[in-house]
Amino acid sequence: MSTFEFPPSIRSRPVYCVLEARPGKAHLMIADAEGAEALIDLALRAPELMAKAHVIYIPKATDFGAALNALNPAQYYEGPSYSAAVSRIKRVFSDASMGLQIYLSGTEGLMGQALSEAMQAGYDHTAIQTEHRGSLARRMQCVHCKGITEDVSNDPFQCSHCGLNLFVRDHYSRRLAAFQGVCIDAEEPGNVPPSKELYS
Amino acid sequence: MTLQFNTETFRDDYSFHNSQRAIDRFPFPFHEDSYMYAVNMERHQGGPADSVYEKRFDVDEHYVAEMADRAKVLGDDPLRCQSLPHMTLAGWDLLELIMVSKSEEYPDLFELHRKGREWYWINKPLGIEDHFTFMDDTTLPYGPMEYITRQTQGDFCVLDQREDNLWMDAGMVTTQADWSLDFDIGMNFFEWHAPVPLAHEKGIFKRALKFLLNIQQGAPARRLNWTMTVNPLLDTSPENYHKWGIQKTTLTSENIGAKQHLRVELQTFFRLPRSNALVFPIRCYLMSFQDIVSKPKWGRRLNRVVRDLPEELASYKGFIDNRPLMLDYLSQFDDGLPTSFGVWPDEDITPTLQR
Repeated sequence: MSTFEFPPSIRSRPVYCVLEARPGKAHLMIADAEGAEALIDLALRAPELMAKAHVIYIPKATDFGAALNALNPAQYYEGPSYSAAVSRIKRVFSDASMGLQIYLSGTEGLMGQALSEAMQAGYDHTAIQTEHRGSLARRMQCVHCKGITEDVSNDPFQCSHCGLNLFVRDHYSRRLAAFQGVCIDAEEPGNVPPSKELYS
Repeated sequence: MTLQFNTETFRDDYSFHNSQRAIDRFPFPFHEDSYMYAVNMERHQGGPADSVYEKRFDVDEHYVAEMADRAKVLGDDPLRCQSLPHMTLAGWDLLELIMVSKSEEYPDLFELHRKGREWYWINKPLGIEDHFTFMDDTTLPYGPMEYITRQTQGDFCVLDQREDNLWMDAGMVTTQADWSLDFDIGMNFFEWHAPVPLAHEKGIFKRALKFLLNIQQGAPARRLNWTMTVNPLLDTSPENYHKWGIQKTTLTSENIGAKQHLRVELQTFFRLPRSNALVFPIRCYLMSFQDIVSKPKWGRRLNRVVRDLPEELASYKGFIDNRPLMLDYLSQFDDGLPTSFGVWPDEDITPTLQR
């Protein structure tokens, strides 16, 4: 199982739990990559959810689609990327009625973006369940140019927009669904320490 | 007008300077020879005559130049001023609070004439005269918060109060000690303070929040905070850190007295009447080390505070690398004599430097 125990961090950093079945009129499940495993585990524990479930899945480079589909959700969608899926996700939130349960699983970037959409649609973020699975890569905002770099797994890294060398902070914005990247060599241009894999 | 406004800059040639009056009334933040975080709140109901605490919104010799600097920052980056949609009412509350306060406390500089909802605002130092309809956004050139904070020194955080928490849902932030409104907007009190070391463990934020949630209309509070800035740069934003960070490495033993500045924030907290929001102005005062040590008590004390500050704090406040250079300079002004309790310079009872 691709789970990871995050070390304690600062108060703005999201914390994740293990998805649990909650009573609801409908269940929206959004996952990417290994996040599928969290949904499969959830369905094993509470198979009755699936008849009222809408699953939105972005496989990335994984192969869990068939297993997810085999859970027989009421609706199943597989998309090539989050940005391809986002208009559908917005529509689902805007159509939803009281009693919708939201389950998010997979990478921090996927969960963060879906949570941000849900908040914009009026959902309280504390009522949304999130379970991290798979990659530890982060969605980073460059505080200087404001550009977002997806799937950052090394610290420091180069901003994919302005090219500055940024270090990876734990400070996190739910609204932006991103961690903050700050120039690492501002006080000594060119002195960039070797990049290390996050949590290595 | 009695107040003379400086022609000065907070960037490029850094012609910013403090007059003797500004030095005398500088809000020196250390009441004893050491420093640790505390919920150091007190009532903001006036203070000694001519001190920065006397008026609700202090207007000083830097006013016109600071407003020009703010306009420049906003021109370069409009995201320094943001207001989430539900915060417009709080913006009007803030506009009213500032206009009423300034016109009452500085009648020679500001005038507010009100006939029902039709208001007429005169800001003489900035040469602004506007007629507008109170609570009608279409009658001002900017939103109400932006309009009035383009005319008021200090950063402004407008905090929504709900769920027993405060939410950073609007702000005008151009003179900040290295935090980003654009990143932090929408966060709650614990989240936007998340990067601050030690204070969470000490329960500082829990107690501070409890205090702030209970601030009542007409009973504002205040506290001081401080950090260090090389050059009198107001815009020490994370957005521009890749541009100004390098300036921290330009200190030498020759230029440190003029270049190194103690940066003090006078933070005040006012309850707003219609929105029940809390406005949190953060007013920045800068003073060079050489001006600080002109007060013997302040020179002795600053040396001791900087010397004994825990590493985490020196690091968080961004001067750990320059601390040895600072102490080389400051220790010349510390002869080891005792200092009197409290923040005031106490020149009548303080001995001159004994060396």
